[in-house]
Amino acid sequence: MTPDDLKYSKTHEWARADGDVATVGITDHAQDTLGDITFVEPPKVGAALRKGGEAGVIESVKAASDLLSPVSGEVLSVNGALSSAPEAINSEPYGAGWLFTVKMTDKAELGTLMDAAAYNKFVETEG
Amino acid sequence: MKKTPLYNSHIALGAKMSPFAGFEMPLQYGGIIKEHGAARGGAAVFDTCHMGEFRVCGGAAVRDLERVLSCDVADLRVGACRYGFMCNAGGGVMDDLIIYRMAESEFMLVVNAGTADGDFEWLAANVTGGTSLENISEKTGKIDINGPAAPKIVASMMSGPVTGLKYYGFAKNSCRGGEVIVSRTGYTGEIGFEIYCGADTVMDLWDDCIGRGAVPAGLGARDVLRLEMGYPLYGHELTAERCAAQAGFPRAVSRKKEFIGSDRVLDPAAAGQTLAGIALDGRRAARHGDALASQDGKTVGVVTSGSFSPALGFAVALAYVDNVFSDIGTELRVISGKTEIPGKICELPFYKNATARSDINLYL
Repeated sequence: MTPDDLKYSKTHEWARADGDVATVGITDHAQDTLGDITFVEPPKVGAALRKGGEAGVIESVKAASDLLSPVSGEVLSVNGALSSAPEAINSEPYGAGWLFTVKMTDKAELGTLMDAAAYNKFVETEG
Repeated sequence: MKKTPLYNSHIALGAKMSPFAGFEMPLQYGGIIKEHGAARGGAAVFDTCHMGEFRVCGGAAVRDLERVLSCDVADLRVGACRYGFMCNAGGGVMDDLIIYRMAESEFMLVVNAGTADGDFEWLAANVTGGTSLENISEKTGKIDINGPAAPKIVASMMSGPVTGLKYYGFAKNSCRGGEVIVSRTGYTGEIGFEIYCGADTVMDLWDDCIGRGAVPAGLGARDVLRLEMGYPLYGHELTAERCAAQAGFPRAVSRKKEFIGSDRVLDPAAAGQTLAGIALDGRRAARHGDALASQDGKTVGVVTSGSFSPALGFAVALAYVDNVFSDIGTELRVISGKTEIPGKICELPFYKNATARSDINLYL
């Protein structure tokens, strides 16, 4: 369920690196905890994000939560389809539900994120 | 934390549980959007065993209840029920409730779980010696089943007919040999029933509804459904601190009698604000406690409930708004944390295609 080719943050975002560019989304565990997602405010294209810093807002029927960026860099693109169909995050959190892409300023940050096995363990122990 | 008689079923169904009014209640099972869709397009069944029920009877019951409740009581027919408030001396709402006339001198009051104990004490202190009160909450089981498919499901479960039931009418019936009360009421806006039975038989009724196609739905869906109808939720739109005059709901308040708090409730000067519906621009939800600002930045109200509306595709909110800003079409802004959400006062209900008042025979 947790893809092996991604890196994971303790705040339940994932990053898929391709050269200098990382695609970012939230994990299956995160979408399941939030419930049916109804609104996404992505970061602005061109915005400078810090690792662990605010990158937008995600709302479900019952909750609103801040979206944090797992890596530092400049926002290259956002997933525009989510503005009218944010439920894609629930149905395909690692695919069509991606949130934004970032041109990373420090690829070494990826090394501080968890791999799939470590993230699964983290979710289990976090309860 | 208290549990309803259906607790084990919720766990078996994989519900996410959440504390509500002292009970551990199901928040959702398969997802709020799916459960909401079942109520609007099929049938949803809710555990409402947590709610409080009181039996009130005796020769002075009518007179006593007229004084304690904001709605008219004497002209209520046996077999009909009515929505009303129980107010304090200042006109604040201690609870909203439904009063059922079971017989000439016998009534059932159905109240909110979180306020039930206080309501009962208030009633006991305000009725005369000729009226007997009994709290039957513990021994009463209750489920709500609502949606266009609900009449067929319930008709197939009951020994007697349900065809004669009008909106806000109720009748005794029987199911699996046990006596039940079937009431054509609910909290979703859709046609359907609140069914009262024994606490020991409610599990069979619940399983039967699900077996016949009703989708179990939790408090999350229930809250969204009632908000789309503009129905108030105690603790949000209605509180002991806010005068009932501001809430609207004219059918819940009699202008023909005196009741506790009526001098305040019926005083137009007490209503400086009005409960209003707001349609927001887009999907982002306003939340309880968010401020409302006029176009020139003045605070003119407060949000009491807000959510994305799955039926409409945009967010809606209920709010108390200064009277001068409460006209339909008035543009306002919700101040929600760091962001502002533009919106417009609109007519209630937000969702206009609900079926609750339709002819039941269209659904049998």
